[in-house]
Amino acid sequence: MGELRLMKGNEALAEAAIRAGVDAYYGYPITPQSEVMEYLMAANPIKTTGMVVLQAESEVASINMVYGAAGAGKKAMTSSSSPGVSLMQEGISYIAGAELPCVTVNVVRGGPGLGTIQPSQADYFQTVKGGGHGDYKLITLAPASVQEMADFLKLAFDLAFKYRNPAMILSDGVIGQMMEKVELFDPIPRRTDEEVKEQCPWATTGRKKGTPHRVITSLNLVASVQEAFNQKLQDKYAKIQENEVRCELINCDDAEYIIVAYGSSARTSMKAVDLARAKGIKAGLLRPQTLWPFPEKQIQALCAHAKGFLTVEMSAGQMVEDVRLAVNGKVPVQHYGRMGGMIASPGDILAALENFINSTK
Amino acid sequence: MTNEEIIIAGFGGQGVLSMGKILAYSGIMQNLEVSWMPSYGPEMRGGTANVTVILSNERISSPILSAYDTAIILNQQSLDKFEPMVKPGGTLIYDDNGISVPPSRKDISVYLVQAAKAASEKNMSKIFNMIVLGGYLKVNPIVSLENVEAGLKKSLPERHHKLIPANIEGLKLGAEIIQKIR
Amino acid sequence: MAEELNINDIIKEENCVFKKTRLLTDKPLSFCPGCGHGVIHRITMEAIEELGIEEETIGIAPVGCAVLAYEFFDIDMQEAAHGRAPALATGIKRVYPKKYVFTYQGDGDLAAIGTAETMHSCNRGENILIIFVNNGIYGMTGGQMAPTTLEGAKTATCPYGRDVTTMGYPIRITELVAQLPGVRYVTRQSVHTPAAVRKAKAAIKKAFQYQSEGKQGTCFIEVVSNCNSGWKMTPSQANKWMEENTFKYYVPGDIKDDYKLLREVTNFNKEN
Repeated sequence: MGELRLMKGNEALAEAAIRAGVDAYYGYPITPQSEVMEYLMAANPIKTTGMVVLQAESEVASINMVYGAAGAGKKAMTSSSSPGVSLMQEGISYIAGAELPCVTVNVVRGGPGLGTIQPSQADYFQTVKGGGHGDYKLITLAPASVQEMADFLKLAFDLAFKYRNPAMILSDGVIGQMMEKVELFDPIPRRTDEEVKEQCPWATTGRKKGTPHRVITSLNLVASVQEAFNQKLQDKYAKIQENEVRCELINCDDAEYIIVAYGSSARTSMKAVDLARAKGIKAGLLRPQTLWPFPEKQIQALCAHAKGFLTVEMSAGQMVEDVRLAVNGKVPVQHYGRMGGMIASPGDILAALENFINSTK
Repeated sequence: MTNEEIIIAGFGGQGVLSMGKILAYSGIMQNLEVSWMPSYGPEMRGGTANVTVILSNERISSPILSAYDTAIILNQQSLDKFEPMVKPGGTLIYDDNGISVPPSRKDISVYLVQAAKAASEKNMSKIFNMIVLGGYLKVNPIVSLENVEAGLKKSLPERHHKLIPANIEGLKLGAEIIQKIR
Repeated sequence: MAEELNINDIIKEENCVFKKTRLLTDKPLSFCPGCGHGVIHRITMEAIEELGIEEETIGIAPVGCAVLAYEFFDIDMQEAAHGRAPALATGIKRVYPKKYVFTYQGDGDLAAIGTAETMHSCNRGENILIIFVNNGIYGMTGGQMAPTTLEGAKTATCPYGRDVTTMGYPIRITELVAQLPGVRYVTRQSVHTPAAVRKAKAAIKKAFQYQSEGKQGTCFIEVVSNCNSGWKMTPSQANKWMEENTFKYYVPGDIKDDYKLLREVTNFNKEN
């Protein structure tokens, strides 16, 4: 059993970064995730694992520092919250276009604009539908506990390197700020420069004489070449969709009404399902752990016995569109959510579920 | 089965969040599942602060609640806000320092812990929150004193370990002075 | 009738007067004839070859005329988003402190969209080399006003000449970064004469050597260059115009060395 600690989600993520053998964290402070860099600066891992922690001048600079280090084969990451992640979209698009592995973390707060510092899930579209320019996908993990903040950091790097694709941890203010018991995984040593060269032959680590130089770029001036590259990306995305879907099903076996929720909304919904079961309603919860790739097949399978799906999101209804696509009109799908930093309580969700059930009868 | 859902609320600076943290750490020492969810935001600075703490021997679902088994209340605004959210048959513990309208519900147990008064009399103002916590643990001994001590050891940096005995004294004092109103 | 000339008689080793550095690929340069970029590309690669550091060097290409630098530089290269090259260089240098890292940027990239990255990399004293090619115009996009375009100069977006009352003043970012304590070596060079080319190359070599010492401190080399097509001149006219106009505002020479300022850089009065 790993070491047990009581930690905030943001702190667990930071500790996991050190333990996962991350080479560099480049970031810029923003509420509600500033604890990530604060924790790393206090831990000072350059003295222990050799991990670099640098406060950049902006989120624009942070993501481009990540771009540089990732291009050179290192495990690099950044974290921010919604307004800062908007600033990073340019860099994320370049990283996706250059097929580089890295991890970005968004501890989402309410928007649009400067919005609020309270939790939100209104950056779903930005994360899974693009955000930056061009046809690209981010492997998107949605932690619903402090434990998953730690575990998904490591998983995100594993997947990013497996597919040479950027990964995003889409968290929210609740998961970032709350404390829970977390079992920390044992530290993995950082890769040596030799191991990086061996594992990432594409990385710009310095050209050996007599070998071709490595170029990290997202530029293709010939349209047909760029189209072929886009096709290659799409093939990769199809493989990820096939192999990397992760979701948790709670009380779904006999469920007539299924709540679909991720992150902290999944936690409040879990309680709402308990309350509903206590009232005799056959409710269940499908919790996507990967938002892209989205658990389409799992939702389709539930259509065999489900009478309806209710998505619960801290947004105006974003993931509900993907649920509708998966359900494809077979049963009713509805959205319930609060916005702007407000959190629906389990009681609110139960009431919404009851209204939904009545509306389908 | 243990499943205790607690709100601790008061002014920023009263040690509300750290009280919750010590309670949560003690829960871990007692092999319980725990969650600690603070209100965070502009109200943190000088205004009210509150934290939801859940201790359970099962996986904790929602860290955010609309009803509580126990409310520990340290100012009037929090009393006004959270008294109606205590479950019927639940518990409300409050310090009457600065309270002009005391709790009125008859369907819950109400306890008074005059921690602010005791702290100033005994020159223990720095561990005011531990006195309150001691009162709560007397009413509901959900974690043992040993596990609170173990939790303090785990959560405090080594250089602060010398303060642990004073904190334990605070817990004991709280247990002595808490009184049942109804 | 003269004897027919055989190419193989010409390319004998003993007849060789110039050889392209092997660190430039065989791809034809994409620059306009007469542009300074080709020469700056060459001397940068010659410096790296002569120092024998090619296996330990990583370069960052900009967005602008030099966007395809990675096609010509036969070393490991990364292509940055517009203005972000110093951030990439920082990201790499921090995880590979012993490697040589340099950026190659134009004036729009470095002194407009990338100003924050430029200033802050220099302010942190990142141990990197920034090569800043200043030709006072956006060449790649077709000759628009750059932050460094001289007062009164005409471009596609200031067709009546740069009016400093509405368009701002030409920025001397080199003098600005020279004032930062994190910066070790600042010089302004040009490549419009053979003598200038030799001096510019020596400056680049010196900067790479400084980097090898592992001390904190950014090296910043501005190369004032021409853009004969953007300026709508012949190459020789452009070089002459540069000497007569650009050099008055962007005065060539060393500005800072080994952390010490060598000339006054704080006097930015309007008449200057």
